[in-house]
Amino acid sequence: MANQSQAKRELLALYEEPDQAADGVERLHSAGFEDSDIEILSSTPYPEGAFGESHTKHRLFAFPFAGAACGLAVGVAWVVGAQVSLPIITGGKPVVAIPAIIQILYEGTLLGAVLFTVLGVLFESRLPDGVGLYDDRISEGYIAVSVMASERRMADAQIALEEASPIDLLSKEGSLMHAPGTT
Amino acid sequence: MQEPVVSDTRTANRELLDFVFSWPAWFFAVGGALNGVLVAAFAVVILMLMFGLQFLGYAHPVYWGFLIVNFVFWIGVSHAGIMISAILRLTQAEWRRPVTRAAEVLTIFSLLTAIQFPLIHSGRPWRTMYWTFPYDWNRGAWPNPRSPLVWDPSAIFTYLTSTILFVYVALLPDLALARDRAPNPISRAIYGVLAIGFRGTTRQWRIQTVAGLLLSAIILPIFVSVHSIVSWDFAVTTVPGWHNTIFAPYFVLGAVHSGVSAVVTVMIVMRYAFGLKRFITRDHIDSLARLLIVVATVWLFFFLLDLFFGLYGAEPAEVDTWQRRLVEPPWVVIAITFIMCAYVIPVPMWLFRGIRRNFFWMFVTTILVNVGMWLERYMVVVPALERKSGLTFTYGEYAPSISEFILVAASFALVILGFLTFSKLLPIMPAADIKEGQILADRIRVGRANVPAAMRE
Repeated sequence: MANQSQAKRELLALYEEPDQAADGVERLHSAGFEDSDIEILSSTPYPEGAFGESHTKHRLFAFPFAGAACGLAVGVAWVVGAQVSLPIITGGKPVVAIPAIIQILYEGTLLGAVLFTVLGVLFESRLPDGVGLYDDRISEGYIAVSVMASERRMADAQIALEEASPIDLLSKEGSLMHAPGTT
Repeated sequence: MQEPVVSDTRTANRELLDFVFSWPAWFFAVGGALNGVLVAAFAVVILMLMFGLQFLGYAHPVYWGFLIVNFVFWIGVSHAGIMISAILRLTQAEWRRPVTRAAEVLTIFSLLTAIQFPLIHSGRPWRTMYWTFPYDWNRGAWPNPRSPLVWDPSAIFTYLTSTILFVYVALLPDLALARDRAPNPISRAIYGVLAIGFRGTTRQWRIQTVAGLLLSAIILPIFVSVHSIVSWDFAVTTVPGWHNTIFAPYFVLGAVHSGVSAVVTVMIVMRYAFGLKRFITRDHIDSLARLLIVVATVWLFFFLLDLFFGLYGAEPAEVDTWQRRLVEPPWVVIAITFIMCAYVIPVPMWLFRGIRRNFFWMFVTTILVNVGMWLERYMVVVPALERKSGLTFTYGEYAPSISEFILVAASFALVILGFLTFSKLLPIMPAADIKEGQILADRIRVGRANVPAAMRE
C-alpha cells in the first residue's frame, strides 16, 4: 500500500468557470476516483458542495474544549503555585482565595481555548503545506481541480479533466497543454 | 442588506493590493512626522526615568493622571475592533466584509499602545515583569494574583494574543494572494513563508469559515472581561467615586462607544488614503452609525446610573466627588464638553439619514465622540484622587504637564503609525471575504422592485 501511494502523481486542471470545475470533478468521480484523491482550489470560498465534493469532516470543534481544559489547569497551577510559594496572610483570609483569582483562571481558560483552536486550524487545514501543485492564476479567479492518480490511472485522470475544457492542465513536470505562464 | 461591490477578480485584486505594492510619497511624509512625535515622547520617557514621576508633574495624592487616562482610553478603543468583527461574523452580516480587518488591526495597535502607559507609569518598567510572571525564584519574588495589577496583564495578554492569532488566521488567504501577486521575488518569498502554503482547498476554506465563527465566539467573552477588569482597577479600591458595582458594564459600553466611533473614523480615512472608495460605501458608514446610536444611548444610561447611584447613596464622600466632577471649576467645563461631545451633539445628528451617509459629518462626529470619551476617563480618574482624604487630610490639585501632552500625542502617533505600517505591508481589506461576497451576491425581483440579495450557507 505504501509503495502504491508513493507512486501516485498529481494532475491539476485550471478552469475559468465553477460549472466547468464541477464538471471536471463529476467526470473524475465517474472515472472511479475517490473524494480523497480530489482537491478543488480557489481564491475564494464557495458554498460547500458547489463542485460536487462531499461534506468536509473535521474535528475543529474539539480543539477549543481541550485547550480550555489545559488553560484552566495551567491557570490553577500558576495562581495556586504563586500564592502557596509566597503566602500573603491578610485578615485571616485564605491564602488561596478563589474569588480573587477567578479572573486569572477565566483568562487562562479562554487563552488555552484560542491557542488550541489556532493549532486546530493549522492541523485540520493540513498546514503548513508546501508539496501540492499550485498555479498563481488561481488567485486571478480560476478554479483548479487537482487529482492524485497512480501511474496506471494517469491517462484516465487526464481524459476526465480535459473533457471539462480546462484552460490548462499541469503536472509536476509542467504544462501538459503547453499554455504560457504556467509554473 | 447592503449593495455588494461587484467587479472581476483581477480588478478586485489590483485595487485591494494597490497600497501594499506601491510607495506613495505621502506615506514617507506622514511616517516621518509620526516618528518625530515618537522620538519626542521617547525623550520624555527617558527624562522621566531619570528624574522620577515628579518630572511629569505627579505628586501625592494624584498619581494617576494622563498616563492612566490614556491607558483606559486606548483599551477602550481596542474594544470595538473585535466586537464589531466577532459579532458581524457570528451573525453573518453581509456588510461586515470590508469592515472586519481594519477593526481587528485597530484593536491590535490600540492594545499595544495602551500597555505602554502602565509600564511607563511604573517608573521602572524593567521591574514590572516579576509583578506578573513568577520567575524571580532566587529572591522569592512572587506575583500576587489577588491584585488587579496581575488581573490586568493577564486579561490584556490574553486579549492581545487572541486578537493577533485571530487576525493571522483570517489573513492566511490574503497572504497567499499577496504571495501570488507580489511584484518581486523577495516579497514573494516573505509572503510565501507567512502564508505557510495556503492553497485554497475546499477543506481549507471550510476550516476558515468554522474558525472564524469559533474564534469570534471565544474572543467575545475575552473582550467583555478585559474592560471589566480595567474597571476593577478602580472599582476594587475604596476611593469614593470609583468604588461602584456598575463600573464593569459602564466601562465596557464606554469602550464600545469610543471604539466603534474610532472604527468609523479609520474607515473614512482609509477610504480616501488607500483608494478604497468602491469598497467602503455610504451603506457601511450608515450601518455603523445606527449601531452607534444604540451603543451611545445605552452607555449614557449607565453613566446616569453611575451618577444616580452615587447621589442616592448619600455617602458624603461620594456626593463630594460628584460635586467636584460636575459643579466645581475647572471640572464643570470638562464635564459639559464631555457630555456634549460624547452624546448631545453626535447622537441627535446621527438620527438624520443625510448625516449618517455623509463622510465628512460622520468623520467629525466620531472624532467628537472620542474627544468626549477621553475627557470622560479624565473625569473618572483625577477628581476622585484630588478629594481630601478622610484620615490623612491630604489633598491636592492636578494640572497636566507639557510632557504628558507629548505622551498623549505620541499614543495617537503610535496607533496611526502601526495601522499605516500594517496597511502598507499586508492587505487591510479581507480580499477573499470581499470576493466571496461578490460570488454570493445576486439581485431578486420583489414585486416590481429589483433588490440586492445574498445567499449564505
